Amino acid sequence: MSNIIELKRGLDIPIAGAAVQKVKKVVNPDVVAVKPTDFRGLIPRLLVKEGDTVLAGSPVFADKLSPEILFTSPVSGTVCEIVRGEKRKLLEIRIKADKEQKYENFGTAKVNSLDEASIKEKLLESGLWPALVQRPYGIIAKPADRPKAIFISAFSTAPLAANPEFALKDEFENIQTGINALNKLTKGGVHVSFNRANYAGTPFHKFENIVSHIFGGKHPAGNVGVQISHISPIMKGDVVWTVSLMMVAAIGKLFNTGKYDMGRLVAVTGPAAADPSYVKGIAGMSMKDIAEYCRPDENVRFISGDVLTGTNVGADGFLGFYDNQVSLIKEGTDCEILGWAKPFRTKQFSASKAYFSWLTPGKKYEMDTNTHGEPRAFVLSNVYSKVLPMDIYPVYLLKACLAQDIDKMEQFGIYEVIEEDLALCEFVCPSKIAIQAILSDGINLMLKEMA
Amino acid sequence: MNGLVKFMHKIKPTFSEGGKLSFLHSTFEAFESFLYVPGTVTAKGTHVKDAIDLKRVMIIVVLALVPSLLFGIWNTGYQHDLAFGLGWGFWQMVWYGFVKIIPLYLVSYIVGLGIEFISAQIRGHQVNEGYLVTGMLIPLIVPIDVPLWMLAIAVAFAVIIGKEIFGGTGMNIWNPALLCRAFLFFSYPSKMSGDTIWTGGLTRYLSDGTAYACGNGVVDGFSGATPLVHAGQGIQGLDSAGLSFMDLFIGNIGGAVGETSVIAILLGAILLIWTGVASWKIMLSSVIGALAIGFLANALATDATPYLQLPAWYHLVLGGFAFGTVFMATDPVTSAQTETGKWIYGFLVGALTVTVRLFNPGYMEGMMLAILLMNTFAPLIDHYVVEVSLKKKAKKVKIA
Repeated sequence: MSNIIELKRGLDIPIAGAAVQKVKKVVNPDVVAVKPTDFRGLIPRLLVKEGDTVLAGSPVFADKLSPEILFTSPVSGTVCEIVRGEKRKLLEIRIKADKEQKYENFGTAKVNSLDEASIKEKLLESGLWPALVQRPYGIIAKPADRPKAIFISAFSTAPLAANPEFALKDEFENIQTGINALNKLTKGGVHVSFNRANYAGTPFHKFENIVSHIFGGKHPAGNVGVQISHISPIMKGDVVWTVSLMMVAAIGKLFNTGKYDMGRLVAVTGPAAADPSYVKGIAGMSMKDIAEYCRPDENVRFISGDVLTGTNVGADGFLGFYDNQVSLIKEGTDCEILGWAKPFRTKQFSASKAYFSWLTPGKKYEMDTNTHGEPRAFVLSNVYSKVLPMDIYPVYLLKACLAQDIDKMEQFGIYEVIEEDLALCEFVCPSKIAIQAILSDGINLMLKEMA
Repeated sequence: MNGLVKFMHKIKPTFSEGGKLSFLHSTFEAFESFLYVPGTVTAKGTHVKDAIDLKRVMIIVVLALVPSLLFGIWNTGYQHDLAFGLGWGFWQMVWYGFVKIIPLYLVSYIVGLGIEFISAQIRGHQVNEGYLVTGMLIPLIVPIDVPLWMLAIAVAFAVIIGKEIFGGTGMNIWNPALLCRAFLFFSYPSKMSGDTIWTGGLTRYLSDGTAYACGNGVVDGFSGATPLVHAGQGIQGLDSAGLSFMDLFIGNIGGAVGETSVIAILLGAILLIWTGVASWKIMLSSVIGALAIGFLANALATDATPYLQLPAWYHLVLGGFAFGTVFMATDPVTSAQTETGKWIYGFLVGALTVTVRLFNPGYMEGMMLAILLMNTFAPLIDHYVVEVSLKKKAKKVKIA
């Protein structure tokens, strides 16, 4: 039995629209997209052209800097469109899926008989290598590295996140295979963090070959970055890897079946979703496939991921590589007369006691995308630390990022955090500062300067 | 009300880029966001946001100041009544105080907001709501008889030098309201200290021989001195002036407009602490600091130094201590930012205030200077707090 780490600081955002545990439909993908923009700092090299036919698992593009990292198609079909943005930046490779899915065969293998090099090779050629995310910086792991340890969070505290026990209910064997494979890539062990609330109830605590940790508390207790900072903080020069449980399942499937299978249960959530529930979908699936979840006359934002860290992909967009959640929320374009001065705003949630939502702790709110105020300078100093269970000074770190001062950024812990860890700070910020964007710029600067 | 929103939307293009009045867009936006929460949606980062914004934060501080203001209005009339022996009723006192205080507010807000708007306009920034609080504070910490032109100059100084040259709310080093008072004090000492400035109408009486609206002379034995001056003679000084601890606590005494009633200030403090807008750590540690120096003085006191004998807890209800501790020292921008730093900063504010009171008989009110001095040192305190914490963390990791 491992130690229980209880995190006192944090906030569970009471947003309405949690998915009920049922699979409402099976999506038969028509067009799916592979998006280089899902990966931080990636410069893609395109390997296909329009009209090419691909199998599920065929490479679509590669990393220009480390060409052995391949990104593969989740479906078999024909490359129908290559979407570019400003300065011809590669945005999406759209693939029209075949009726009958055909898979590239990578061959089944017993993980225990494989060595480190052959596991790496398999992950690289199948397109599953990008599932391994390196800390610091949250970029794709470098194949040449041997990380200090590998961290997996077995639960999510993000708003309306998919329930891993439900979403991965059939994947127990695959995850175990994946963990065995990952164990070969590091000497530090595979660290899995469980939720104190359901540790005994989750089947996952029976995994073998792991170092288990138990965390209790509100969001962001389920963020792997927060967990790492309590298990073994990242210092300069350290490299650790993180993987999501869903990706571990995909890795396990690769070894057990020889297929690159990106199929997943996707939670369709949010206050604008009618009947929020799960669909059987696939990475890169189109939002059009779940269009029936919202009324067409409403101005709804389609977010791949959760409402704190997800990407606004639009009603015509595609699910991200790492995401198994879609959040649907209304665009908050309505004006509210003297809203800031009203004593009561029962439809609004505030974590502060400046409003009265603390009187209704169990209430769920129909949140929209309104900013509820204009951007200002940093004024209040104690709001961030209340939602950040990490031993860092967020305002100092952000100011160092703004000042582009590398030494200060190092000092204040740029290695320990990525955007998702500070997302709650951005949510509660009364000055409406774009904290994740500032941190993002800081990390990009570090990548440029330290490369 | 919906018509208003429609009207604002209709005239918005005139003020937007390319419109005829586009140079006034900061002003327009200020009014727009004042009237309603605009329909701006999140662009990057989190897709949903907390309902709180700085306007809400500021309005809570303004609300917290209301008890002090109301008490100040009544007390201004009450002190005037006492000085001139008028035998007024409650409403007469309130009316007198109201008439005296409204001009202070007009000057404070017109000058201050005027400068805010102009500088926002020049820089193309949005107008900050910080002045809502500063403008509310300034009339509460000046003597009631301060000439309006002096106040106007002081407000202009405080806003321009104290805030705008640093980049506006959130960037300033010193509390603008205190800077305003400091400016008045150092530029016009005769109007800001002494015994004759704290009672409404006395200035006019001294120059014209008649008081505002009545024409009576002052009553026999009237001194006008604030309790702080009496406290200079120790507890006997207060006793002979007929001032008990309760009087000082309730606040029906002379002093700056809003600073006299500790009860009213405590009401504000409760609101500020409950909503988390101001730091209870700073308030508490400031009280601890004041008591620490107060008790130290008590221990060192001899009969030759009556002012050192004043019981330490009297310092908490004298002069501007309570007001400064609750509303000035806790200004989130100019106080220490780290939690440990807040304890140190607050303690030093309280300790310095009492030190100045005890050892500087020429100017008894130490609160203003103590806070301004600690504002200056707050970044230094934070710097060392952060350094120590980073070192500790590095050590911890090395062991682990």
